[in-house]
Amino acid sequence: MAERSFKKEVEHLRAGSGETFTGEGILAITKALLENGVGYVGGYQGAPISHLMDVLADAEELLGELDVRFEANASEAAAAAMLAASVHYPIRGAVTFKGSVGVNVASDALANLSSSGVNGGAVVIVGEDYGEGSSIMQERSHAFAMKSQFWLMDPRPNLPSIVQSVGQSFELSEASNTPVMLMVRIRSCHVTGSFECSDNKRPALTVKDALANPQRDWNRVVLPPMSFAHEQDKVNTRWPKAQQHIIDQQLNEFFGPKTGDLGLICQGGMYNGVIRALQRLGLADIYGNTDIPLYCLNVTYPLVDQEFLQFSKGKKGLLLIEEGQPEFIEQGFSTMLLRSDLKVKLHGKDVFPMAGEYTGQVLLDGITAFVKQHAPDLLPGQMRAPNQMAPSLPDLSQTVPSRPPGFCTGCPERPIFAALKLAQQELGEHQISADIGCHLFASLPPFDIGGATMGYGLGPASNAAFDGGGERRAISIIGDGGFWHNGLSSSIGNMVFNKADSVAVVVDNYYSAATGGQDILSSRADNPTKSTKNPITKALRGVGVEWVRQIDHTYDVTKMRAIFHEALTTDYDGPKVIVASSECMLNRQRREKPQRNQMIRLGARMEVPRFGVDEDICTGDHACIRLSGCPSLSVKHLSDPLRDDPVASIDQSCVGCGNCGEVADAAVLCPSFYRADVVHNPTRIEAWWAGLTARLISWLQDRRMAGQIQFSEIAR
Amino acid sequence: MNTPLELRPTLPDERLNSVIKIAILAVGGQGGGVLTSWIESLARNQGYAAQATSVAGVAQRTGATIYYIEMAPLGSAMPVFSLAPAAGDIDIMIAAEMMEAGRAIMRGFVTPDRTTLIASTHRTLALSEKMAPGDGIASSDEVRAAAEIAADQLILFDMEQLAIDNGSVISSALFGALAGSGALPFARAGFEEAIRASGKGVDASLRAFGAAYARAQSDTDAAPAASPVTRAEQSGEQITSQITSGPKDLLKQWQEFEDEARSLPCPQMALSGLRKVVGFQDLAYGRSYLDHISTFAQQDQGDGRLAEAAAKHIANAMCYDDIIRVADLKTRKARFLRIHTEMASGEKPVQLTEFFHPRGEEIISLLPASLGAWIEARPRLAAWIDRRLNRGRRIRTHRLRGFVLLYVIAGLRRTRRRSLRHRVEQAHLHAWLTLCHETLPQNYECAIELLQCRRLIKGYSDTHARGLSKFARIMAVVPALIDRDDAGQWIARLREAALGDEDGTDLDGAIKTVMSFAHPAAQAS
Repeated sequence: MAERSFKKEVEHLRAGSGETFTGEGILAITKALLENGVGYVGGYQGAPISHLMDVLADAEELLGELDVRFEANASEAAAAAMLAASVHYPIRGAVTFKGSVGVNVASDALANLSSSGVNGGAVVIVGEDYGEGSSIMQERSHAFAMKSQFWLMDPRPNLPSIVQSVGQSFELSEASNTPVMLMVRIRSCHVTGSFECSDNKRPALTVKDALANPQRDWNRVVLPPMSFAHEQDKVNTRWPKAQQHIIDQQLNEFFGPKTGDLGLICQGGMYNGVIRALQRLGLADIYGNTDIPLYCLNVTYPLVDQEFLQFSKGKKGLLLIEEGQPEFIEQGFSTMLLRSDLKVKLHGKDVFPMAGEYTGQVLLDGITAFVKQHAPDLLPGQMRAPNQMAPSLPDLSQTVPSRPPGFCTGCPERPIFAALKLAQQELGEHQISADIGCHLFASLPPFDIGGATMGYGLGPASNAAFDGGGERRAISIIGDGGFWHNGLSSSIGNMVFNKADSVAVVVDNYYSAATGGQDILSSRADNPTKSTKNPITKALRGVGVEWVRQIDHTYDVTKMRAIFHEALTTDYDGPKVIVASSECMLNRQRREKPQRNQMIRLGARMEVPRFGVDEDICTGDHACIRLSGCPSLSVKHLSDPLRDDPVASIDQSCVGCGNCGEVADAAVLCPSFYRADVVHNPTRIEAWWAGLTARLISWLQDRRMAGQIQFSEIAR
Repeated sequence: MNTPLELRPTLPDERLNSVIKIAILAVGGQGGGVLTSWIESLARNQGYAAQATSVAGVAQRTGATIYYIEMAPLGSAMPVFSLAPAAGDIDIMIAAEMMEAGRAIMRGFVTPDRTTLIASTHRTLALSEKMAPGDGIASSDEVRAAAEIAADQLILFDMEQLAIDNGSVISSALFGALAGSGALPFARAGFEEAIRASGKGVDASLRAFGAAYARAQSDTDAAPAASPVTRAEQSGEQITSQITSGPKDLLKQWQEFEDEARSLPCPQMALSGLRKVVGFQDLAYGRSYLDHISTFAQQDQGDGRLAEAAAKHIANAMCYDDIIRVADLKTRKARFLRIHTEMASGEKPVQLTEFFHPRGEEIISLLPASLGAWIEARPRLAAWIDRRLNRGRRIRTHRLRGFVLLYVIAGLRRTRRRSLRHRVEQAHLHAWLTLCHETLPQNYECAIELLQCRRLIKGYSDTHARGLSKFARIMAVVPALIDRDDAGQWIARLREAALGDEDGTDLDGAIKTVMSFAHPAAQAS
């Protein structure tokens, strides 16, 4: 079960012709797939398209009604490979994953798919994780389109355009027998808006129909000599067909006056930002009617010579607004200009920065610089000579702390890394490699564990150079998500085969948690449409790992540390794998809290735990925080003038996971932590006994107080 | 320039002024998404076109997250809205936390020509603020000062507390403050309708909304909001008052002590210190506290700094954290009442589990001094005892058995003075105070700083040992510095370095620097 449920929203996907859909970009894309008669869908979760996978999963019933097959693929490679169904059969298929890392993983399948060419429309919806909010290396998926010759759509970021581009992608794919990548940027995925619906369409040929009538064409197989023919076919047939289709169907758009000295060209995804900059310069109105001709590339690959040269004709200056590096589109256009007789000056990365997100300010600055150079009179007076001084503000850069993401309150991974930190305090620093997933937050303070991340499921593989062992064994981290994605073969298989004398830790939180809590093979939930409850330990033994330790309660820091200690010091010199399992607290709370409240309402006996700190006992050195970083464990100043340093304090959001107490115990920190279990609906005998004990305790307390000077504080 | 363009410089489209741009900066998990959808549905219901975007992803896991909304009255077509906030182009900036307000200002999202800044003054501390061994909390006052310059209109109060007081979460308080600010051209009823339409926790949300609305309205009418409770205000005695009770004869003696403390140049601190020391042991211990601080107070040069430093740090030194003190604090009635209040348990039973991990040496240190020292002189015996005793213990103090165990340990207070720990602490106190006294006639400032270095010693077990070691390292530098006018400043710098990081590497670096100029001869050789 995913972190966010779309069950309610999914009902809107049934809307038909004449109805208006209002909602998020992700949902709009799903609706568009159904309206375009898609035959099968799949993908692999990851920001910013995680919710697309969640929506598809929640819409499985509706998909079934339309005979659309949904597959939660094991990886992006698996998802891209699924598009093979469209190679031989005229079935429309769509898969989704994130770019550029998902595209990296999928690139083998994508390259083969592109070589074979497709019969049915094959669309990859890529959530391009670039710019603010991105969690990955900053690269472009664009390069993959260029090397494998598949086409790249980058629609304008509003719902009608995005919805339209889904249909256009299928058509472009079918017209040119080439897969199409539909790129949506982070903010486009979550942008809200409305569009007019059409009826959902059943696929003309379903996957079931296809199974009943198998087809094959050996010309599509990527083997010599066909592979050589494929290359020729790509450039001689499919490419020109695609260009012609783009022109005929007007996939790229032209805005503003037909003629002019200047022209702007932008990727579709940049359109709103470009218009906003023009609006601020007085060069476009509220509806985007621009005074400067604008050529909007909704298809960013392939580029269309005829369109570009026609647009350039008669112009003196062109500005290309292309986000990301290197400047592939600018290079393409430059070649076209070189081979033409046109004498137009093409600007791009000379006025814009080569790298980084094109924010509002960057766009404003770049376009201003271009206009200043070619037509300075166009700029409003204020832009030419600003006369209003910005007020000088105090510098807050030393004050405002950065706020990187971290483990959630009660996260079961926190005690794993607390234990590892303690084990290292005992045995010395070790070489530790990390992986992709929530557990990567351990590389940040307070844990500072693990350096390199080489890719999803590649944690142990990235420690392979150290597999030979040495004075201190190498440790690698891998999550359950990464384990099933790729890790079992690439990382664990690699360790077994090479007789690695190193330690791998599988952080098992029952979900693909970082991407939003999707189920995976080893999830422990019942999932009616997927096979869950396949133990990781069984897979490990299956591939030949002999030293396996499973801990089913990661919060036991002392035990966790003992296991690390054993793995790092044992005489056994083969691969050692620790499986540390406890459920993702975010998911667990979402599942259990309503149930618990319901039970309490119904009168059932329930103990609700929460932790607290005795502030008189806490001395304010914050060692507990350096082994935790829990959001609910904070510090506060006391009113006591004798105390300089703030003391630890636990707020209402504590879920009582127990990490604080366990760490205080394992690290021998201090006795200030306590756990308080409030007993709801106690049994009658229990309540009577508790009352009696409380009275006795109270009597003892009074007895001691009687002989001493007492100071008590009262609020005024 | 032969321009075929009929272009002339024009002012921006006036209709663009009708576009309202709202950015929300929140910490992951604060409900920024809910607030965004309320604002969006409000705008649509009021006949506006609206667009919202957010950046989901890992930042939702407790990181800083931004949401962005644009809206404009419906016209002939759909306006082209931007997907991201731009510096200098924001009408309403909502910050769900004080430092996020600071971040918004740093990013240029708050400008005096147009921006209404609505921010909650409460703090959700960043990890870097919490991790420092000393006080790493960032200054809200600096952000407030910047906000007053940067914002056109400023709504600033603790919306988190207001939400909690009304049984809701901060998003409803922020929404109420937005309505109350008058920055959006919509009536209050429209806002409330948006909350009702969302259908979750409506009553509590409306309560918090209403309270925040009223508060924001009064803020916009009157002068800027009252400052949030600063540290100084918090620590002032105007918030609470102290009641002293006990047997008559003891009270009489206490009154004399209290009068004596009040006559010192630092009455408040001396009184707090006296209470702490007497609470820790007894009145006789309070007597020796007063004797210690009086000798310093007499040499105070008038501004009370020396007396205050002595009163504060000697009290802390005398109230060392032994097992007796912990057991005493854990078994007090006031504590039980406090926990019941904090857990809001009402009549429901509360089960308490204490996490103890006493080590052998802490238990040995409770023994009579000579016996304890005898054992400590025999490492193998001490190690054997440690092996038998050193383990985590969960003590359930809501049960008689667990409570009585701690109660009995707390009762050892009567024999504390004879314990090994007491002897060690007294020797340490004596050495420190002697050094301070020796320094005083030579370098007044330095003596004050040395007193304040006691702040380094805190915590239990390893943490305590690390603190002691840092303290000792600084004390060892004193002879090299004593003749310099800036000795005090250097000691203060060393102390700050020691408080800055756990391992003391910063401190070692700072000491090296000091030694390089204090002992150039030694360096050269």
